[in-house]
Amino acid sequence: MERSSLPPAGSTENDHRHPGAKHRPPGDVRYGKGLRALSISTVGVMALALGLVFFYAPLEAEQGFLQKIFYVHVPLAIVALCGFVAGGLMAIQHLRTRDPRWDMRSYVAIHMSLIFAVGTLITGSIWAKGSWGHWWVWSEPTLVSFLIVFLLYATYQPLRFAIEDPERQARYASVFAITAGAFVPLNFIAVRLSSEYLHPRVLGSTSNLPAPMALTFLVSLLAMALLYTTLCKYELTAKHTRAQLRALRRQLAGEGADAQARRPRSAAPTALRQAATTMTARAVGRSGA
Amino acid sequence: MSAATGSPHGATPADAEAPPRGELTSGRAGAVTAKPPGMRTTVGVLLRKELLVELRTLESVPGMSLFAVTTFVVFHFALNRSSVDGDLAAGVLWVTLLFAAILGVNRLFVADADQGGFDGFLLAPVDRSALFVAKMLALLVYLVAFELVAIPAFALLLLGPPLGQALPGLLAVLALGDLGVAVIGTLVAALAVRTRARDLLGPLLALPLLVPIVIGGGRATSPLLTLNHPGALPGRWILTLALYDLVFGLIAYALFDFLLED
Repeated sequence: MERSSLPPAGSTENDHRHPGAKHRPPGDVRYGKGLRALSISTVGVMALALGLVFFYAPLEAEQGFLQKIFYVHVPLAIVALCGFVAGGLMAIQHLRTRDPRWDMRSYVAIHMSLIFAVGTLITGSIWAKGSWGHWWVWSEPTLVSFLIVFLLYATYQPLRFAIEDPERQARYASVFAITAGAFVPLNFIAVRLSSEYLHPRVLGSTSNLPAPMALTFLVSLLAMALLYTTLCKYELTAKHTRAQLRALRRQLAGEGADAQARRPRSAAPTALRQAATTMTARAVGRSGA
Repeated sequence: MSAATGSPHGATPADAEAPPRGELTSGRAGAVTAKPPGMRTTVGVLLRKELLVELRTLESVPGMSLFAVTTFVVFHFALNRSSVDGDLAAGVLWVTLLFAAILGVNRLFVADADQGGFDGFLLAPVDRSALFVAKMLALLVYLVAFELVAIPAFALLLLGPPLGQALPGLLAVLALGDLGVAVIGTLVAALAVRTRARDLLGPLLALPLLVPIVIGGGRATSPLLTLNHPGALPGRWILTLALYDLVFGLIAYALFDFLLED
């Protein structure tokens, strides 16, 4: 990290960066790869799902048009929960390999799932108000367990950013993510046991749905899963790019290595900072060669 | 308490290491290449240290007991009732136990984090999971000790039906509930203790994780505390509690090592 050997920022560095981008070293992961194809397919499947929801799926006999929220609410919930569990699995991977990139993926998965969870709670409330007349229904075990899971995961970020040391932050966050990931199914079992089924359950399995509804539901689920993946990928790319930009800007400003310590605390996990430093080191090495 | 404040500092690293070393060297007449002490020895020593520190400082159990009794008084006024039974009794009991337990959870690792107990433990050539088991057992002992005060106080101050008929079932439910609280509390305490806002994060992390225990404990307790027609102990809830304890015990045991790595 000899930044003193850095050549003065100018046109020479620009010339070096372009050929450098062509043949990257194998360790350099490009997070933005495949993002365009993924985005386009997400938009396509999303449009197909909405088309099916509004023009193909039949109106439900009891609830009528209101039941259409089912095609948003349930996929949101399923994707959010799968994202929480996936965050836990990535955290296991992080603790096993000690690769900070797994920690960042786990962080992004949980972050995005939290946003989807807020969407689930809101759409669930709307649906409950529409069909049962109350904004919140304690006798619906899925909604209640979802709230508990949400409350638990809402402490992920406060926990994470209350730890100063970046390496320990990643480790503790992973321990939390694994514990909470295991908690998700257990909590659902416990809450479901605790409540009697007072209401007919529309959102059980897809097996009791008529075929057009089941098809629409599955396409909606696919669309939501794609949306989740795309957004995660966007967030990873954005974080990566921001780190890259920060590294380059620091390089341009010609700050010393100690400037990193004085930088204000950011919301990005440490993998970024490490990626940024390695990238800077690499760029320095390349431009020095 | 001010006279005893020096004792955790002195007791924490010294007691954690001294007894196994003394045992090994005295047994083999100064063998330098002694094997590291086994899991059971380590847990025993650590647990003894914990209980000794608690006996000398009296930081957790008296506070928890006093908190529980005060909470019963608060419930009396908040609910405007002189006696409770059934669902309400189970709810009041479990909420009080839970919040009092969180007081103990919050204090569990504070001395180790602030006074070098973690460093002392990490220097010793012992299995790190031993610390988890010892802390968990210590918390379990605190919980049992404070319930020896809290349950009679509850029966005396608030409970409508007599305690005697409910006692055997209640003890079984409490034992499983305490085990779960101890397991989750130890993990959460270790997670939260080295963060900036540990007093806030501990309860925030612990409460959602403990909701299934409240569900199981509350549902299992409420038929026991019903006036006139005390029901049988619901086996379903006992099973749920036991399974939850088991799963989280394994998870916490597996993950605890990662919290000690520096």
